[in-house]
Amino acid sequence: MKLPIYLDYSATTPVDPRVAEKMMQCLTMDGNFGNPASRSHSFGWSADEAVELARKQVADLVNCDPKEIIWTSGATESDNLAIKGAAHFYQKKGKHIITCKTEHKAVLDSCRQLEREGFEVTYLDPETNGLIDLAKLESAMREDTILVSIMHVNNEIGVIQDIDTMAELTRARGIIFHVDAAQSAGKVDIDLANSKVDLMSFSAHKIYGPKGMGALFVRRKPRVRLEAQIHGGGHERGLRSGTLPVHQIVGMGEAFRIAKEEMATENVRFAALRDRLYDGLKDIEETYVNGDMDKRITGNLNISFNYVEGESLIMAIKDLAVSSGSACTSASLEPSYVLRAIGRNDELAHSSIRFTIGRFTTEEEIDYTIKLLHNSIDKLRELSPLWDMFKEGIDLDSVKWAAH
Amino acid sequence: MAYSDKVMDHYENPRNVGTMDKEDKDVGTGMVGAPACGDVMKLQIKVSDDGVIEDAKFKTYGCGSAIASSSLLTEWVKGKTLDEASEIKNSDIAEELALPPVKVHCSVLAEDAIKAAIKDFQDKQ
Repeated sequence: MKLPIYLDYSATTPVDPRVAEKMMQCLTMDGNFGNPASRSHSFGWSADEAVELARKQVADLVNCDPKEIIWTSGATESDNLAIKGAAHFYQKKGKHIITCKTEHKAVLDSCRQLEREGFEVTYLDPETNGLIDLAKLESAMREDTILVSIMHVNNEIGVIQDIDTMAELTRARGIIFHVDAAQSAGKVDIDLANSKVDLMSFSAHKIYGPKGMGALFVRRKPRVRLEAQIHGGGHERGLRSGTLPVHQIVGMGEAFRIAKEEMATENVRFAALRDRLYDGLKDIEETYVNGDMDKRITGNLNISFNYVEGESLIMAIKDLAVSSGSACTSASLEPSYVLRAIGRNDELAHSSIRFTIGRFTTEEEIDYTIKLLHNSIDKLRELSPLWDMFKEGIDLDSVKWAAH
Repeated sequence: MAYSDKVMDHYENPRNVGTMDKEDKDVGTGMVGAPACGDVMKLQIKVSDDGVIEDAKFKTYGCGSAIASSSLLTEWVKGKTLDEASEIKNSDIAEELALPPVKVHCSVLAEDAIKAAIKDFQDKQ
């Protein structure tokens, strides 16, 4: 077993060797390096062919028409294009947008920008399990609501929102519905032909494709209109100009093809590994799972270990590559806004660890992880004055702390 | 976060971890910080009749530099008089441990802890 162990597959994934192989065939003189926009020679034609094959591979995973897929530089750009593009196009109909407090920053900050431009945004509170109450979503919809943006799977706690039912609600009111699916494509079944989602963002590097590559699904029937955010040579039906990065696109296509083929078996394997991990950790006193345990992707486990500070825990388990909701591991010194939004107090947010399991995770690695966590938490609690107080039966909320 | 070797050493082998009887007249206890902020330090000193700190113990909930700052502090205060100990500056701790700027507040907390422990001891006399 090689150390450190990578358990941060929701941050990014390594490129699958099969994907890397395809990508390398699109770079050098003897490869497929042409510009797909070159119409006058075979280099362009064959590059174009590779791009269109990849478009079909991406479309096949989510069951849509390849013509509905627009290439972008990643899910962040897709979110920006979807949200700003739809808001700008439909602003004569209204200027109200609905999203959720636990969305990715690409969505939240796009909405903030629109607020500066005069749009009004409602930020829904999720329930304590991380899921959105559909009745609350429905009651937030107004006459002037033009756009709803909700993520399919949350990046921190892995919970799966019921996007198909949400899409029924938005469609009935003529509201555009955007879904950030960066964390769900290849992990959860997506069937766009039988759903009323209008816009959907995808990322390549979350499912063993290259970084810097993404796509946006833009529904054709009924047609969804967007205002382009990047202008230039009119590529991608004018929605996203810029020479197409063939090797990146081919990589994303291959990654989505593999995902379609292997998703079902991988999910069974991930669920077994995740349950093994959870079973190994749940007997540690004062641990709390963050987010719904059932409506959750198989590869995610987010746990708070009370009375242990997150960064020191990460140091203690430095053989594991995981992420934490602790302020100390972020640039902002704020604890995870996702955990705050689901009602976790600062202490639990500080002591949360996100484990994400992926294609190359083994049972041996999980067993090592369990052992290491037991030892580290024992050691840190031995050091923790809060643990002593808890053991003495002191209610920490009743103590008057000097905040600093 | 890239920590200095000194921080890692204190974090991995913390000195003087433990608890003293806080009711003991010779013991001063300082508890500073807040769980919501991600760090709480408890520092205890045992003071001899001639005003010298003869023992120090700590427990810290916090990041690596908070643990290292308090561990270092217990080493430094042992053998010092109360006056000498109260002169320890957070900048000395930050410098000794080569704390990155974002972690300087951990050394501030350590300074607060020794001041609080001394005050608690003096209040008892």
